[in-house]
Amino acid sequence: MHSTKYIVVFVTILTTVVAVILSFLFSTWQEQSKLNEAIFNKRAILSSVKDYLDADPKTMSDEEVVELFDGKQMKQIALDMDGEELGSEEIKESGYKGGRAEDIDMAKEKKKDEEERILPLYVFTSSEGPLYIVSVRGSGLWDEIWGNIALKADFSTVAGTTFDHKGETPGLGAEIKDNPAFPAKFTGKQFLNAEGEYVGIDVVKNGSKGNPHKVDGISGATVTGVGVGEMMVRGVRYYQPYFNKIKSSQGAQMGMLNN
Amino acid sequence: MADTVVQEPKIEAPKEPLFGKKERKLITDPLNDNNPITVQVLGICSALAVTSLVYPSVVISIAVVFVTAFSSLFTSLMRNAIPKQVRMIVQLVIIATLVTVVELTLKRYNYPIYKELSVYIGLIITNCIVMGRLEAFSMANKPWRSFLDGIGNGLGYGAILIIVAFIRELFGKGTLFAGSPIQINIIGASNSTTDYFINTAADGSWFGWYANNNLMVLPAAAMFIIGILIWIHRSWNPKLVDIS
Repeated sequence: MHSTKYIVVFVTILTTVVAVILSFLFSTWQEQSKLNEAIFNKRAILSSVKDYLDADPKTMSDEEVVELFDGKQMKQIALDMDGEELGSEEIKESGYKGGRAEDIDMAKEKKKDEEERILPLYVFTSSEGPLYIVSVRGSGLWDEIWGNIALKADFSTVAGTTFDHKGETPGLGAEIKDNPAFPAKFTGKQFLNAEGEYVGIDVVKNGSKGNPHKVDGISGATVTGVGVGEMMVRGVRYYQPYFNKIKSSQGAQMGMLNN
Repeated sequence: MADTVVQEPKIEAPKEPLFGKKERKLITDPLNDNNPITVQVLGICSALAVTSLVYPSVVISIAVVFVTAFSSLFTSLMRNAIPKQVRMIVQLVIIATLVTVVELTLKRYNYPIYKELSVYIGLIITNCIVMGRLEAFSMANKPWRSFLDGIGNGLGYGAILIIVAFIRELFGKGTLFAGSPIQINIIGASNSTTDYFINTAADGSWFGWYANNNLMVLPAAAMFIIGILIWIHRSWNPKLVDIS
């Protein structure tokens, strides 16, 4: 039997050694790890417009992803809930040191009150006009789900989507990410109705055929499907003030041209 | 009378070969006769959870081999200094440290697979195989042997994991190594004829009736695949047959 003193000394030394090793590894690799995370997110955002790219972002190298994302084709804007564009200082005030829209952490924003949230918007200039990529976040069955939705210049038609999740069931809820057929179902659907009012795109059990505002869910993943639907309707609504502003300014320009 | 000094007889310590019969047995035993999953029935949790695809299973197997090997080595090196009263906690600290090293390494060098495995890397800490080997073997054996025992058990675990993942991915998704640079598409429906080895959507395909079995993707499939593996293993290896 060892004395209590021995045990205390032994455990203290062991913990100190372990703490030093781990904190050393953590701090030396932290920078690259953060970079990896950023590239991972950039790849997901680019994947939502993959139909308009030369190569699939999944097969691009890290450098290509960064080059495309930070290049001239991609413009990033941060918005508040009233649709006002935010400057880099205001983004920093919200707690993101980088001061760019891509630094906005949607998980943190989801915890804030709705009025205080800020939103990232990515404008990708494709050969067929600008695509507006919005980020949405909601809840699935077990944990959070999120996605990026690319809208065409009419702010209504979906050009592509990507989804991801934290812990949905493999084979059921996780299919929103694993099965490329599910995000593909959204392509071509409409967020606005014929009168230009916001309707959203919901996920339903069946009956989506011919309906531009509904998408078939995955059988066995009802709760995840409801979560995706809720996230789509609510998340894209946040961006409507900004889209309406652009539309009215475009309308004004058109009016001037007509005169 | 200097010449009468009795020379102390030199006690030759029995030399332990690096890879003697016993050492080899330490590695091969857990692969077959004493497999952690099919015989000891340890580590079932993660075997059910991560085996839906081959690639993550391979990664987690490598991680487990690393953790079992080095936690066994370090525990064995310290076995005489570890106070018996807190030995479990000390073992846990060693395991947790190594698992954190694995986690940080993946985050640094392969972020997508880190995302894919998410919580399961952290859960290696609670994998019964690791702690079980430390308690049963490393606390009473020399470092080199403990190290080999750790590698053996990690490999035994990994082998079953990869077999299960192979079956599940092939019949559940029609692919192998999905998500890795060497993804192979075996069977499935596609408009492009080159996408899959066997394209069920092609005109005149003999496999037009085939559809992927969605059950294979669910954890339940791993449960009965492991069950069947245990059955096959026991009927094939006479040493495992209970004579009672």
